[in-house]
Amino acid sequence: MAIFINENTKILIQGFTGRIGTFHAQEMIDYGTNVVGGVTPGKGGTEHLGRPVFNTVKGAVAETGAEVSIVFVPPPFAADAIMEAADAGIKYCTCITDGIPAQDMIRVKRYMRRYKKENRMRLAGPNCAGTISPGRAMLGIMPGHIYDQGRIGVIGRSGTLGYEAAEQLKELGLGISTSVGIGGDPINGSSFRDILEEFENDPETDVVLMIGEIGGPQEAEAAEYARDHMKKPVVAYIAGLSAPKGRRMGHAGAIVTSYGEAAAEKVEILRAAGVTIAPTPADMGSTVAEVVSKLKSAA
Amino acid sequence: MDIHEYQAKELLSKFGVPIPRGGLAYSPEQATYRANEIGGNAWVVKAQIHAGARGKAGGVKICRSDEEIWSAADGMLGKKLVTIQTGPQGKLVSRLYVEEATNIDKEFYLSLTMDRGKERIAVVASAAGGMDIEEISAKDPDSIMTVIVDPAVGMQGFQAREIAFGLGIEPELVNKFERTILGCYRAFRDLDATMVEINPLVITKEGGVVALDAKMSFDDNALFRRPQISELRDKSQEDSRETYASDRGLSYVGLEGDIGCIVNGAGLAMATLDMTKVSGGQPANFLDIGGGASPERVQKSFRAVLRDDNVKAILVNVFAGINRCDWVAKGVVLAIQELEVKRPVIVRLAGTNVEEGRKIIAESGLNLETAENLRDAAEKAVAAAKQTPAAA
Repeated sequence: MAIFINENTKILIQGFTGRIGTFHAQEMIDYGTNVVGGVTPGKGGTEHLGRPVFNTVKGAVAETGAEVSIVFVPPPFAADAIMEAADAGIKYCTCITDGIPAQDMIRVKRYMRRYKKENRMRLAGPNCAGTISPGRAMLGIMPGHIYDQGRIGVIGRSGTLGYEAAEQLKELGLGISTSVGIGGDPINGSSFRDILEEFENDPETDVVLMIGEIGGPQEAEAAEYARDHMKKPVVAYIAGLSAPKGRRMGHAGAIVTSYGEAAAEKVEILRAAGVTIAPTPADMGSTVAEVVSKLKSAA
Repeated sequence: MDIHEYQAKELLSKFGVPIPRGGLAYSPEQATYRANEIGGNAWVVKAQIHAGARGKAGGVKICRSDEEIWSAADGMLGKKLVTIQTGPQGKLVSRLYVEEATNIDKEFYLSLTMDRGKERIAVVASAAGGMDIEEISAKDPDSIMTVIVDPAVGMQGFQAREIAFGLGIEPELVNKFERTILGCYRAFRDLDATMVEINPLVITKEGGVVALDAKMSFDDNALFRRPQISELRDKSQEDSRETYASDRGLSYVGLEGDIGCIVNGAGLAMATLDMTKVSGGQPANFLDIGGGASPERVQKSFRAVLRDDNVKAILVNVFAGINRCDWVAKGVVLAIQELEVKRPVIVRLAGTNVEEGRKIIAESGLNLETAENLRDAAEKAVAAAKQTPAAA
């Protein structure tokens, strides 16, 4: 069943009729994703790409039964769009938007906590490429054709580095159950740990590849979770071994400010927790392949 | 985005944070004039640069006469100040801040940051003022107090008092301390800061509370709604290579090596630098072309990378998602022809239409090499850089 999305998942597009929303919605539909409609305030009642447009997420959910949404709303209004999704009963939302102020994300996270855990929306991103369950559904801006269906779970902050991993896996004949982008922002919806938990409970995932980078405490937190709560093997690559301290490397969150946030330190923490490290970005696929073949020979 | 001390103090004072009287000077003449305006018999002349640890580097001088002010100002202005935070190249001093001298009784440390683990604003204080926070956590970790702010209601008075009492502030000064801390919090919140640091926060012999130094950084993603902060940007404090690139919408970080890197996506860009290093080379820069590697953006990226004279070879690594590789390849060829690039260029393309893209590169007749994958690209770039003599 992969995680979060499959061929049956009813998906809404927030920011449906804009240029970017339109382009990617069409790509998602062409991939076979079950897009049931979209939201653009003020354009409710019209049709776009053969799907109904709604004024509000609540209205869209009532009419279509959508459970998942993807946000293409520009940075000043993106936090508002995420909170609207959370309030409308959306279960899983990914936000593609890059450039949301960090304090807006602090408010979003605080707002989501007002719902009981069982009713609380799970957010992935912002500033990510989205989520894909290859062969089933694409909720994002990635090139769908580079992903093969399979049993590796992938979690990453960066879009294109995730593509790199998908291609390496494909060349080795390994497919992906679901690939989840958690984004490059300092305050994000889901952490590595949150998604590791989902993969641990997914019967269609055997091994998880996490692609981290400098900055923030989430890789260390994931290491602890993998050590204490996971039976499935985890492989990790951490980008930014050559990044100088205190410099922001593209992503808003990719900056080393304190101990444990540098790539080498994260690698040590993960290794100590029993996570297998891909020594270079060119070895992500081959390291996963080794772990997979060990699993097979042990079985 | 970083700002100068005097700018941070001006902003904070609007939120009720007490600061010493002071004024800005661009010349020694102006510096003495400012001191006379302020009055008194002792002043501090402070070099304004975007880096700390100025005192030990000679960027902060106490003066007791016009002549001393004049010569301190003359010694600092127009020169590069090298502190442990600036790197060996230092930062240009073109502005001075002249302040009344303060009679220090006690020094404290106060800072506000984004706690990424807790996803909230954290207020950190210590009675060990004057040292930087890394030094405090190494030497006196027990002196550090942290308060986490609930974003739903904001920082409360009791939380500020908790810090004040925890630091052992005398009861009659607690109110002043509380107002100062809450003022810093409101400035942080209302201006979309990512850091406010008052080090030291001082209690004076006269019984006042005063922010003797102040540092603020701001969230680049929020500048669209903070035009008054954007205006405080001082490009003279930035690496000129980075200013050039950021003015053109490129994300660039200057490094010390000789392999210029042009990559799409921040994560892949970091990974490309890592691979270059593992292969025995040194990257000259981090550069993320950003969304849509159009021919124009590829050309802008080449210009940005070539501004660095240390660059001996250029490594282009593009994973085309929405783009097509043939389109990116055309952009690379065009950039090399128009900019007359003589240095070797290694191009690794992956993703949509990769075969067509490689064909364009191979048939261009230019000093271009294609690479099959990330490792191959890094190894070829390192080899090319080693064979290329340094640029004239």
